[in-house]
Amino acid sequence: MLLIPCPFCGEREEDEFVFGGDAKRERPTDPTSTSTEQWVDYVYNSNNTKGESLEWWWHAQGCTKWFRITRNTVTHAITPESDR
Amino acid sequence: MQRYSIFSLARNALTGHKNWQQVWRSPSPKKEYDVVIIGGGGHGLGAAWYLARDHGITNVAVVEKGWLGGGNTGRNTMTVRSNFLREASVPFHEKSLDLYHELAKDLNYNLMVSERGMITFIQSSAVNRVQMQMANTMHIYGAKYRMMGLDEVRRRVPIFDPPDDMRLPIHGAIHQPRASMVRHDAVAWGFARAADARGVDILQQTEVTGIARENGGVTGVQTNRGFIKAKKVAMAVAGHGSVVADMAGIRLPIVTQPLQAWVSEPIKPVLNEIIVIRSYHGTYLMQSDKGEIVIGQGADPYPSYAQRGTIPIIEDATAAVLEVFPSFERLKLLRHWAGMLDMTFDGSPIISKTDVKGFYVDVAGSGGFKTTPAAAKTFAHLIANDEPHVLTGELGLDRFHSGRLVPEGGVSANH
Repeated sequence: MLLIPCPFCGEREEDEFVFGGDAKRERPTDPTSTSTEQWVDYVYNSNNTKGESLEWWWHAQGCTKWFRITRNTVTHAITPESDR
Repeated sequence: MQRYSIFSLARNALTGHKNWQQVWRSPSPKKEYDVVIIGGGGHGLGAAWYLARDHGITNVAVVEKGWLGGGNTGRNTMTVRSNFLREASVPFHEKSLDLYHELAKDLNYNLMVSERGMITFIQSSAVNRVQMQMANTMHIYGAKYRMMGLDEVRRRVPIFDPPDDMRLPIHGAIHQPRASMVRHDAVAWGFARAADARGVDILQQTEVTGIARENGGVTGVQTNRGFIKAKKVAMAVAGHGSVVADMAGIRLPIVTQPLQAWVSEPIKPVLNEIIVIRSYHGTYLMQSDKGEIVIGQGADPYPSYAQRGTIPIIEDATAAVLEVFPSFERLKLLRHWAGMLDMTFDGSPIISKTDVKGFYVDVAGSGGFKTTPAAAKTFAHLIANDEPHVLTGELGLDRFHSGRLVPEGGVSANH
């Protein structure tokens, strides 16, 4: 069971949260100059990081806040963004 | 290869079991191979065997960082089935079932194929609609998938006893008679033994640390036992697809997620069929040959390489099982584990060439045990001919460029 630090509510159990994806993924800023290859990479490919990963989480069953944490995908150790 | 039979068993029993040959060699790596396959699970070992048997390519090495079948080949719940939704998926998974049913003879190795049949409960009109669509697609390809009333469910599964006030009442079921359970370790061992007999080098405890390239093509793999030259390199790893592909500079449309399972203490036979309670997050259960009740659910809801799962899933799926089978309430849980899925964006496998010449990828997608023989056979075809097999023409990486996806996410993410 992960204990996820919500910036508003504090540490809560993981089933109150929804995983919101890789926070390092960046949408191409200018659609007109973005090639198909770049769009394909943005839409489908993933970093799928093994190790420390910056992630979005949503406290859906609590205060509904969206926030970021760094989670190690091997050890599941979590660092809140404010601590970094 | 020493053939296994009732006679060899009797002969060896009478001579005190002292004359069994070792099942495969443990050779030192050669300097160069025609094909190096990364990953000694079912897919990699199977591809090596099909390369040797069907394509005459025997200068092949399978490199495995651990031991054979010690990855996700040994971490699934042994279920093989072909109830899928799309025209690109059903014939591929049907082929896999066909091959599973004949492989034991071809490999001279008992895979303990047990044709239990799979019963999927229908608890909503949405599930009913999807299941009927699947049945129609499957019938086109000759796969039997039929509706089943509750009377027949009760006859086949006497222990089925849901309460009258169930949250989502069960209205009926759908049945795939040919869904089976297969001894998963035996698949890896059977392929390994048969591939070794045809000259394939199986290199265990050999970890690939880099993939060498020159002029846009592969030249070999760097391992903890030195550099191995290779004309072609084929990746058949599960749970580490992104990590290995990254060594060749390839980014893949996958996310690594745990898929958990847990088993009860063994009990006497009470459950023949494989049961799927779809509306409760795809919870499924079956009784293993050893008598354990095996329980699992869909993949965990966030990425992880940890090979262990999250506790809410266990609670959720066990509650679902106990609602339909209250008599399992007093069973003690014996073991729990998690395998890792390299979940693709659309839930379907990727068997494909890449932008690096001579580098091929086989990514199982939503759990690759059921696809093992078909994936191995088509992957070998791709490696040998540099062209996809007819069954996997739509399962290449190019589908993410064309947008012609094979969406199976909703029906595939378990077992």
